[in-house]
Amino acid sequence: MQDVIEGRVWTLGADVDTDQIISGKYLTIIDPNELKKHVFEIALPEFAAQARAGDILVADENFGCGSSREHAPQAMRAIGVGAVVADSFARIFFRNAINLGIPTIEARGVRAIFATGDPARIEMRAGRVTNVRTGASVEFPPLPPHLLDLLEAGGLVEKVRRELEARAGKVPAAP
Amino acid sequence: MSGANGHGATLAEKILARSAGLEHVVPGEIVEGNVDLAMMHEQGAQTVAPFHQMGATEVWDPDRVVIAIDHWVPASTEGAAVLHRMLRKFAAETRLEHFYDVGQHGICHQILAENGWVVPGDLAVGTDSHTNMLGAMGAVAAGIGPTEMAAVLALGRLWLKVPPTVRIEVRGRFGPGVTAKDLVLRILGEVKTTGAQYKSVEYGGPTIDRLSMPERFTICNMTTEMGAKTGMVAPDQTTYDYLAPIAKHAMHPLRPDPDAAYERRVEIDVDGMPPMVACPYSPDNVRPLPEVAREHVVIDQAFLGSCTNARIEDLREGAALMKGQKVAKGVRFIVSPASTKIYDQCLKEGLVQLFTDAGAVFTNSSCSACFGGNMGILAPDETCASSSNRNFPGRMGAKEAKIYLMSPAAVVASAIRGEVSDPREFA
Repeated sequence: MQDVIEGRVWTLGADVDTDQIISGKYLTIIDPNELKKHVFEIALPEFAAQARAGDILVADENFGCGSSREHAPQAMRAIGVGAVVADSFARIFFRNAINLGIPTIEARGVRAIFATGDPARIEMRAGRVTNVRTGASVEFPPLPPHLLDLLEAGGLVEKVRRELEARAGKVPAAP
Repeated sequence: MSGANGHGATLAEKILARSAGLEHVVPGEIVEGNVDLAMMHEQGAQTVAPFHQMGATEVWDPDRVVIAIDHWVPASTEGAAVLHRMLRKFAAETRLEHFYDVGQHGICHQILAENGWVVPGDLAVGTDSHTNMLGAMGAVAAGIGPTEMAAVLALGRLWLKVPPTVRIEVRGRFGPGVTAKDLVLRILGEVKTTGAQYKSVEYGGPTIDRLSMPERFTICNMTTEMGAKTGMVAPDQTTYDYLAPIAKHAMHPLRPDPDAAYERRVEIDVDGMPPMVACPYSPDNVRPLPEVAREHVVIDQAFLGSCTNARIEDLREGAALMKGQKVAKGVRFIVSPASTKIYDQCLKEGLVQLFTDAGAVFTNSSCSACFGGNMGILAPDETCASSSNRNFPGRMGAKEAKIYLMSPAAVVASAIRGEVSDPREFA
């Protein structure tokens, strides 16, 4: 995980639920590269075709509410979304995204300072999101060390893999 | 056991302290909780790859893992068949024997409830967002994603941020035709979809004390729609009586301290409360049902099903109104019991015949029309009266389709009239 993340912004509204991110009809798809063709089909139809790796999503309240489906952040990871920033997140989405290694940041007031296409800069440890075009910024409480470690490891799979290897005596445990 | 800072502990704090082996915990603290029960449905197929990528070969405790397939039963697409096959293979390889496969199937939360897989004091996690329903047992029950489930299967634990607790205190008595579903919709109308984000919701008070377990399941189930991590009712004699013949493991009957510190208290009085309805496109867009009924909202489909409201009590409630009536011309009425056991009970009580005589489609037990990926899918300009839990755009099919959430009795009343209707007019 980089400490400073920069990218082009796509904005979304409030209460964008998992059905609007990946519709129920695609839930039997498990190949992320197939899933990414349908991401935001309801909430932001042009996204799937036009998004580039490194793009940043900026949403209003309660982003990712609804189901526990990991298809939603899986599809975002397949596209290469650089970070997701929102006024607030639904808890399962937040956990799923962090577990997949996507920087996921709750920053109150962030939606109001961005328009689609604006360049954003996120300082993970300092806790600041800036609109590079307008200079406006909002501060946020940095993620707790536990979650920064998870992102640092590249996600939960890698973190548990290291722990199981350490348990088996293959390598020393991460600090 | 008491909380820190000189005050008592909420139920969630007590359960999380127990699961983490700590004396007490405080909101905001991150703890590692030992899991008492892990549940997977079809989304568990996505657990298989990360489980292997983690280098795991064995499940921490196969007797604490339940698999119940419910979204596409029997498989309705090739994709679903592949997911089922992956789960069966994984279960065989890792010796997971508690697999409720086609024939013993049911909606995963109902399977956990009716077989006593979650008991008071448990920390339970499942790959479905409505896992919150099991909080009715006096447990912390929360939904997680499939990668997180892989870590749980490998380690038997997960990190949790101790949530602050919202106490919802309910008093008063339901009038005729008013149900637990109307109560939870009323609560959603006040608390809203973000009102309990990341929080634990503790339901209590004289009204909650009088509720049966199925009614408590309905209420805890829709805690999910409030954004909560978990929703629960402290265990009492009703809980113990329900679980005594079926509990799969030892209970740890914890209750909140009288001086527990709550972040917020919400008081609800149900005396005189009418039936409620959540209008498109959010479960918190709640209005009194009689008001909406006066607007003559014509429906194309009615759905009596889902983990929220498809237990035998719900189907009896619907059947009582359906008896001697017909489904309105132009309405498709889908009835889907929450489990195979409930399906069997409906057969014994003649409810299947009663509904089909009226012109309803009585289906096999599954999530059915609730999630818009299997059956009962809505076209863009269609409207559905539903006993399920969500009505966001696209939930049951087309993004423009409209879903009105209501009690089982109200769904049947609406199916008979062909428009959103007040069940009390059929008394």
